[in-house]
Amino acid sequence: MRSICLYLHIHQPVRYREYSVFEVSNNSDYYTDDYYGRQSNERIFRKVADKSYRPMLALLEKNIKSHPNFKFSLSITGTWLDQAEKWAPELIEQIKYMVSTGQVEIIGETYYHSLAFFYDETEFDAQVDLHAQKIKSLFGVSPQIFRNTELAYNDKLAKWAEDKGYKGILAEGWDKILGWRSPNYVYRPAGCQNLRLLLKNYRLSDDIAFRFSNHNWSEWPLTVKKYQNWLDMDCLRGNLINLFMDFETFGEHQWKDTGIFYFMDDFIDKWLAEYDNRFVTASEACNLMPPADDISMPETVTWADTERDLSAWLANAMQKTAMHTIYSMRSQILASKDEKLIQDWRYLTTSDHPYSMCTKYWNDGDVHAYFSAYASPYESFMYFMNVIRDLEYRLATK
Amino acid sequence: MLGWELPPHNSGGLGVACYNMAKALSKEGANIEFVIPYEDKETKYEFMQVMPATNLEPIYRYGNGAYESYLIDAKMIPSSNQELLSIRDIQKLYYDYVEKHLQESHPDVVHAHDWLTYEAGILAKKEFGLPLIAHVHATEYDRAGMQRGNPLIHEIEYEGLMMADRIIAVSETTKRIIHEKYHIPLSKIEVIYNSLDEDYEDGDYQFADDAYRSIKKLESEGYTIISTVGRFTIQKGLQNLMRAASLAIKKNPKLLFVFAGNGEEFNELVALSAELGIAKNVVFTGFIRGTKLRDIYTITDIFVMSSISEPFGLTALEAAHHGDALILTKQSGVSEIIWSAMKYDFWDQKKLAEEILAIASSDTLKNTLKDNVRNEYRQISWDKVAKKCLKVYNKIIKHKGIN
Repeated sequence: MRSICLYLHIHQPVRYREYSVFEVSNNSDYYTDDYYGRQSNERIFRKVADKSYRPMLALLEKNIKSHPNFKFSLSITGTWLDQAEKWAPELIEQIKYMVSTGQVEIIGETYYHSLAFFYDETEFDAQVDLHAQKIKSLFGVSPQIFRNTELAYNDKLAKWAEDKGYKGILAEGWDKILGWRSPNYVYRPAGCQNLRLLLKNYRLSDDIAFRFSNHNWSEWPLTVKKYQNWLDMDCLRGNLINLFMDFETFGEHQWKDTGIFYFMDDFIDKWLAEYDNRFVTASEACNLMPPADDISMPETVTWADTERDLSAWLANAMQKTAMHTIYSMRSQILASKDEKLIQDWRYLTTSDHPYSMCTKYWNDGDVHAYFSAYASPYESFMYFMNVIRDLEYRLATK
Repeated sequence: MLGWELPPHNSGGLGVACYNMAKALSKEGANIEFVIPYEDKETKYEFMQVMPATNLEPIYRYGNGAYESYLIDAKMIPSSNQELLSIRDIQKLYYDYVEKHLQESHPDVVHAHDWLTYEAGILAKKEFGLPLIAHVHATEYDRAGMQRGNPLIHEIEYEGLMMADRIIAVSETTKRIIHEKYHIPLSKIEVIYNSLDEDYEDGDYQFADDAYRSIKKLESEGYTIISTVGRFTIQKGLQNLMRAASLAIKKNPKLLFVFAGNGEEFNELVALSAELGIAKNVVFTGFIRGTKLRDIYTITDIFVMSSISEPFGLTALEAAHHGDALILTKQSGVSEIIWSAMKYDFWDQKKLAEEILAIASSDTLKNTLKDNVRNEYRQISWDKVAKKCLKVYNKIIKHKGIN
């Protein structure tokens, strides 16, 4: 049996607007920009909903209905759910239906898509619990598998997940860690007994997520036939293919006119047409086989950039200062017992914020700059610190 | 090359840019005759032949005439009286000299810098069939702060730009102005950014310990020093800066603004600072250059370029060299090539105040900006400028001026 474990990550941050120092202590609405403003969460959410969420969910639902053995896993951040509840509640209903068929598994993570694990483990725990509660209340299920923000993984996190009773955890199948080993097996994290480790097959995942529409790619255009061929070849190194990618790959990173939707629809059909092929959820994948080996990642590995580390989020002084300041305020913020204040503060922990302060490739004006909601990393930091000033003011005047 | 000034007799960036460009070009093997409208017996230029068009004192290039063209009104017609030479008289003498000189000399290319020398450049092209490059460091629109300016000078600029075989603009901003205001096709215009002089970087400058002691004292008391350098003219947008200063000082009184330079807006700016009630936080240094100017850059934390229109803006690179964090208007050419800086639209006083306050309140932001811009400006050099110029030369020589 050959299995594909398709896992999609669905997320939108709640962006702070260009919050001026002249508004500090006068106006504490950081997250509502003018509808047509650069950081308008509503406009961006509605745009991506039209381009990606709606058509892709429709495609997935269609396949769930027509193929009882089509399955996938989904991680949904709390910040996405908060926004969907306001601007596109029908999307949540659609996911609810798919979860009820048993063909879709929801993966656990932090509510706020944060990097809290690396700063404050208590806060991390709290955010994971908040997320689990939200998932339970909306979909009636409890996540069995865990993924950390940006797939940031290390041995310590695996230990934490095992203690929490998770069945499995997701990470990047990075060559430097795997060496000669293949990502197409189930592994066990070093130092754990029951926890299973699923590793992203980044080549086959990125063929779809990044390269699909790249005309300079020697393999462009990617056809289903060609892709299936590659899968057949890759299955010689193990029968479990972990395709992990952003949900927005479909429609937002790869636009509709690239043919990405047709490709995916056709691919699901063709894959299932062969008798010993199937799709599995992440939990099912963990049970497919006994672990092939123990894998240790003492250093943090992520799914981003060629470095696969946290340097896009936590490298420069601005990012460090911003995150350090945020987490150092925690006990005071929580002690205030002011729910609005606590939520405003937690929205700031989202990893997209330090990402927008990344100067690593800023001068080249590449992908980091292209996807940023701010005019520059420096401006992003400036407005972030203004929000912090106002939070401090609110604390002081409580 | 047809130029109007060379350091030390320069009153702004034009002379510095011409000097460095000529030097880098000669390093690449170019043979340069550089015509200036005055005679400078003291300064020796080893890398090129400097040709004085007149035997007048350097002061006769008419003070700030090169930069304040929009203020010239009465003296547009050459006078016959030698005692009262106007800039037009000097230009006439310059023109005559070039006409005489070209009878003997046969350059491959004529490279004319700004409207002051365009008439002589046009002559070279018309009468002697030489290919002409018009180099635009600033247009009349820039000098007049994007207002109408002097129509006669527009006329001269237009004629020069039309007659030129190729045009070199110092930034995309300038290229756009040449296209939009003078209706020159974009394909005729090349963008070649200026750079910072190597000598400037390698020079043995050391901060004078006794310099600006009062400002340093304030700095030790926790003040942030914000400075701007330039001619006090409408082009530089200094009134916007003053009003932004007032907004910022209301939030953080420990800000000191240094206005270095002089010009026709001086009185107005002093009065404005008093009117806004921030005179105590504003220092005027008068016109400064050389070490004194470097000392200002050194004590500065934040350098602001507030220009309404700035073809390039070399002072920003100088400030970056001395470790300042930069705030630039989006209307400046230098902001097209510098990424590690805060930027704003020249009219947006609130945003400027915002950025000043943000840098003043965060060492992290200040140091990140400083460090990153230092790495960035080093990648720009006059050698690269010279190589690009040579490319332009070779292309038009090959086509014998026919494009």
